Amino acid sequence: MEIKRKVLAQRTGKMLSRLHDVDQQDLSLFMKRYGIGFVMLGMFLVLSIASPKFLTVTNISNILTTVSLNGLLAMGMVFVITAGGIDLSIGSMLALGSVTIGLVLNATGSIVLASVAAIAACALFGLINGFIVAKFDMFPFVVTLASMLVIRGVAYVLSGGYSFALVKPEFAQIGLGKLFGIIPFPALIFLTVSIIAFVLLQLSKYGRYVYAVGGNIKSATASGVNVLWTRIGTFVISGVAAGTASIIMTARINAAQPNIGVGYEVDAIAACVIGGTSFSGGVSTIPGTFIGIMIIGLIFNGMNLLGINSYWQIIMKGVLIIAAVLMDKLINRKR
Amino acid sequence: MDTCRVKGLTMHHKNETSYEYILDCHDISKSFGGTKALKGVQFRLKKGQVHALIGENGAGKSTLMNIICGLLQPNSGSIKFEGRPYSVSSPVDAINAGIAMIHQELNPQPYLSIAENIFLNREDTFKRSGLLDKRETNRKTQEVLDKFDIRLNPKTHMEHLTIAQMQMIEIVKAVSTNARLVLMDEPTSSLDSEESKRLFRTIRELQGKGVTVVYISHRMDEIFEICDSYSVFRDGMFIDSGNIADITKDEVISLMVGRDVESVFPKTECTIGDVVLKADKLTGTGFKDISFEVRAGEILGIAGLVGSGRSETMRAVFGLDQLKSGRLILDGEEIFINKPRDAIDNGIAMINEDRKEYGLCLFRSIRENISLPGLKTMHKGLFVQRAKERKDCNEISSSLRIKMAGINSEAFSLSGGNQQKVVVAKWLLNKPKVLILDEPTRGVDVGAKAEIHELMGTFAAEGMAILMVSSELPEVMGMSDRILIYHEGSLNGEVSREDILSGKEDQESILRKEFGRR
Repeated sequence: MEIKRKVLAQRTGKMLSRLHDVDQQDLSLFMKRYGIGFVMLGMFLVLSIASPKFLTVTNISNILTTVSLNGLLAMGMVFVITAGGIDLSIGSMLALGSVTIGLVLNATGSIVLASVAAIAACALFGLINGFIVAKFDMFPFVVTLASMLVIRGVAYVLSGGYSFALVKPEFAQIGLGKLFGIIPFPALIFLTVSIIAFVLLQLSKYGRYVYAVGGNIKSATASGVNVLWTRIGTFVISGVAAGTASIIMTARINAAQPNIGVGYEVDAIAACVIGGTSFSGGVSTIPGTFIGIMIIGLIFNGMNLLGINSYWQIIMKGVLIIAAVLMDKLINRKR
Repeated sequence: MDTCRVKGLTMHHKNETSYEYILDCHDISKSFGGTKALKGVQFRLKKGQVHALIGENGAGKSTLMNIICGLLQPNSGSIKFEGRPYSVSSPVDAINAGIAMIHQELNPQPYLSIAENIFLNREDTFKRSGLLDKRETNRKTQEVLDKFDIRLNPKTHMEHLTIAQMQMIEIVKAVSTNARLVLMDEPTSSLDSEESKRLFRTIRELQGKGVTVVYISHRMDEIFEICDSYSVFRDGMFIDSGNIADITKDEVISLMVGRDVESVFPKTECTIGDVVLKADKLTGTGFKDISFEVRAGEILGIAGLVGSGRSETMRAVFGLDQLKSGRLILDGEEIFINKPRDAIDNGIAMINEDRKEYGLCLFRSIRENISLPGLKTMHKGLFVQRAKERKDCNEISSSLRIKMAGINSEAFSLSGGNQQKVVVAKWLLNKPKVLILDEPTRGVDVGAKAEIHELMGTFAAEGMAILMVSSELPEVMGMSDRILIYHEGSLNGEVSREDILSGKEDQESILRKEFGRR
């Protein structure tokens, strides 16, 4: 088993290393960035031995579907945290997106228009968040804490405080449907967004600026980076991600609800942190974030399979966040 | 029995007070990485004197002060304070031992009152049934303030005080902790002349109470006004000490410079072309009416003391700070620079004096650091052209001979000299017309230093116009075609390479200009 694990780890290592353009000599750097991946693989192994139901197509696609919501939020959040910020308002954005979908869908009957409207509404608030934070140099924690209330309030105002049914039952298919009858749509959307996030953060010019701003804002300014728009952009991305997540969530509950999404920012932040995103900014990877998301999903799924009380899942998640940050600190201390 | 012991202790204590020097530092050495900041210095103070510690930037004054006040540990050497061995590992230890430091940059707790600041960390003195006794703290504070004739309310928050007042409070705090030795690092650097006079009165009062003071300043006039004795440091070495009454200002300056500092600089003589950048009456925070021009292939050295406005001018030219007035003319056309991007787009690059703060993202890779300013030219659509980026970065790193594991290693893994080369590399990729270097060799070992000097020569030969700010006079003199000398925000003279080669101007005469003399 030990050998099998090593081979597996090596293979994944090689794959990821090609993916991220890491030279052979930078193995230690690679370990530092993706060391958490071994935790995920370990969980995979333990679960596949402990439960025969674990390593089945149904179960894996189940996991992907359950993590897709949090996954989308985390893929947006990782941009904000990498640039040195934080976005607490994404939970409220889910509600705003849901209400927007309900209103637009019921008025126009167009699924596409409703989805675009939800993303646009969340992106707009992301823009406002980012502008206030970057232009006036205010603490992102405070700004998004406040906008969390504002956005939630807007969702209630727009909906009159009530949840309401969607006139088009087809919309629910976004949450229920499967591509070729195997891959659930939410998982598909999540994977697509992850790839886009990877390209944007790790391969594009904009992503490079995000790393520079989070890594050292003064040096970024002195290197001619447009710090203002780079920071604003991260909040817009977070808004777009939250808007996309709201589509899935609304489809799954098959109703527009102004009271959903409370506390969802916590899981998104947790996924980023477990995935090696530094809270002081400048350090993160999309594969790492993806792993963070999967680990949270595995805790949930694994404990269900093993029949462990769900309250323990919450405790485990908390413990894992501390462990991940502590690991990061210990590694950094060696520097 | 108890009383006996106490008595014995006091007597013992008294016996030991018969010392010649209140502070006696012997053979102190301190290195930072490869740089030796102090090379076996001695530093002796007589009780009750105001002692000037004099030296150029980087002579080792601050390092020694930081060792004495517990912020740094020496690598070797011994210190005696009041006749007893003295070894502290933190500022708290130093304060308990009777030594307090007034730093150049004050860091009070802005939202606490004067009284709370003075008794910070000593709240237990006034405890009443386990809680803080504010009234008693304030009363006691009032008492000490009165002693120094300071008319301030102990309840006033520190944020409402002027810098001069904060400094007074720091001094009062030092005395209230029963400090017998007070170290002052450039205490007048942000005071006006009235406030400085007030400070001098306070120093005299301290002296009257038997307190010994170490006074660091770049202002000769002040040293000669307030100090009784002096020590001169140069390049981390102790040079001389004596009584102020026995020495003149010019003698002090020649001690600071010395004559034995002869470094070889690989200055490449190259043809000097047309004017590239012309500055016309630049005024901003810290400098006034600065005009100069720099030509293609020319290295214009900029000398002056720290805080004399030289770095401030360069920051404004690069757009890191705003100009209040004045014009910049590049290749005959006026340019307007509000932010670094404007400067970069106009072909101006700046290697900042603080490379950790302004130069590098330490936890990102060398490759990302190098390509950052020029990323605009290195992408196709959304994507960074990785192959081109890797090729360019590899080429420039090997031409600058950056020693590294690979371009994907993080910048913090490099030595100071190699980090500096990465900063040079990132600007070089943009092929700038004007290169501003602020302290290009600070914290860089000797080998890398020579390489950086050599590179500067190559850049000039390629037709770049170079502005170099440096606190190291030999560097400025060895590398520059012309030298501008700053004194307190304005230019106080210009020296040409011919003047230096012919011996008409030397370190001493330049330093004299830096100190505002002609």
